[in-house]
Amino acid sequence: MLKRHLSVLLVVITSFFCGSAWAQFRVEVSGVGLTQVPIAIAAFRGEDAAPQKIASIVQADLERSGQFRGIDAGASTMDEGSRPDVSTWRQKGADALVTGSISRLADGRFDVRMRLWDVVKGQDLGGQSYAVVAGDLRLVAHRVADFVYEKLTGDKGIFSTRIAYVTKVGQTYNLWVADADGESAQSALNSAEPIISPSWAPNGQQLAYVSFESRKPVIFVHDVASGKRRLVANFKGSNSAPAWSPDGKTLAVTLTRDGGSQLYVLDATGGEPRRLAQNSSIDTEPTFTADGKFIYFVSDRGGAPQIYRMPSTGGNAERVTFTGTYNISPSLSPDGKWLAYISRVSGVFKLHVMDLATGVANAVTDTTADENPSFSPNSRLIIYATHQLGREALMTTTLDGKIKARLAGQSGDIREPDWGPMQK
Amino acid sequence: MNRLILAAAVAVFLTACGSAVKLDNVPVEDKSGTGVTQAAGSAATGERVVAPVDLGNKGLDAMAAANRVVYFDYDSYAIRPEFQARIETHAKLIKADKTKKVALEGHTDERGGREYNLALGQKRAEAVKRALALLGVSESQLEAVSFGKEKPAVMGMTEAAFEKNRRVEISYR
Repeated sequence: MLKRHLSVLLVVITSFFCGSAWAQFRVEVSGVGLTQVPIAIAAFRGEDAAPQKIASIVQADLERSGQFRGIDAGASTMDEGSRPDVSTWRQKGADALVTGSISRLADGRFDVRMRLWDVVKGQDLGGQSYAVVAGDLRLVAHRVADFVYEKLTGDKGIFSTRIAYVTKVGQTYNLWVADADGESAQSALNSAEPIISPSWAPNGQQLAYVSFESRKPVIFVHDVASGKRRLVANFKGSNSAPAWSPDGKTLAVTLTRDGGSQLYVLDATGGEPRRLAQNSSIDTEPTFTADGKFIYFVSDRGGAPQIYRMPSTGGNAERVTFTGTYNISPSLSPDGKWLAYISRVSGVFKLHVMDLATGVANAVTDTTADENPSFSPNSRLIIYATHQLGREALMTTTLDGKIKARLAGQSGDIREPDWGPMQK
Repeated sequence: MNRLILAAAVAVFLTACGSAVKLDNVPVEDKSGTGVTQAAGSAATGERVVAPVDLGNKGLDAMAAANRVVYFDYDSYAIRPEFQARIETHAKLIKADKTKKVALEGHTDERGGREYNLALGQKRAEAVKRALALLGVSESQLEAVSFGKEKPAVMGMTEAAFEKNRRVEISYR
């Protein structure tokens, strides 16, 4: 027991003192009995002179997953070609070791190489090399983290995916596209009016969102690389809550054009909406299951907002949440096993995670104004918005709530995160 | 209580009349004819000219401008009785000009999710729209939209702020 406490303490201390890692994010560990792979990431040879510190980005990524624990690698002169002395690394408590180098090529690009070692078995687990411009070095670090993650856990890593979120600074709203750790953010849209509910297309190239730029909520689909936008829903009343079908061809949306907030589907390029259900209650926040067969959504048809599901072509709805009187913002894990949502409990709003096989749900935060969860594409993390120290901030958490990280980034209020798909 | 409301109504009316005085600044030649009109009188009709000022709907306009917000109770879409007169004022105004387009903009307080609050604000906007329609306003002139919790009138997480934010703004476009 004492040993367990010590190991948790170590994680906290490591996180605290890892200079650059600390600057990027803060990992909170709660609870004990975590199974984490202890891994040492040696500084990449040559990274002192490089624009990005690859090793610390890789370590921060892996720690944020909750499945790794960084071990201080100390000063090191190793690179991807070195054969490590495994007994030394075992003594430090590491099970795995990453080595690598970064050097500038004649054409100005950077050559990044890495190798992963299993220091328990003394086995070379393979390596990677990348030649990229300086602006893509963070992406390379995330790809290194993905490689390590997949080799050691068997699951796909999500560190090189992108997230979208919205900031509000004064009366200015920005829609950002950023790395999964919140860094390297680029503004896709700047507006004097609110922007909400960004949603990544399954191809990872487009965002659907709700903009109030015309003094009412309307839905755009926005190609991120070109900045081209298409107004896809501007019907009488309010247009909101866009959700992509898994094939990327249709959007489920909430429209009020026929009175009341009701669910419709329409072609992702626009066109005539088809109504999914007809009733006098609020139906909103649709989200498709990964197989596209069902839509989960929020309805107050029972007198208070609860989460329901129905066939994506319409039809009978069945209730999914039964505890509490305010359950909203459903997000499904891509593997179909989990439902994340926000539940009001004793007047505060908390992120909950439900095991869909059993219907058992647990609150996974100790904050009081959680909003808008979104799963990572490997179903292992959830990003959500909350209030911290009087500001709106983004957090990631493991599904059990034991490892949380506050995302870096912007000043002002940060909100409305949506985690994009795996990308090539 | 009734007296208080009456007093408040009188005060509001007086304020409205007070601001209506500014209509003196309206140009003498008003081609619409429904606004301020001046008698045809000139020097030829003698010294004691009285120019009749017809406020027409402009008086209503001024009142409406000062009173274009309807507030709601927590978790409620019912129009409180004290706002009925306000809605009637707007109904008259909208009916008088069939070219007027009016948006009913619903808002909520800052608690809870953004999309669900959008739906709640919509319910409030549609309640005011229905009340106007019951008074004979053509639905083609009205659009109920929602801003949810995105545009609070008052910042802050206090009950006083929440009360000011649960509202529908009657917005002439």
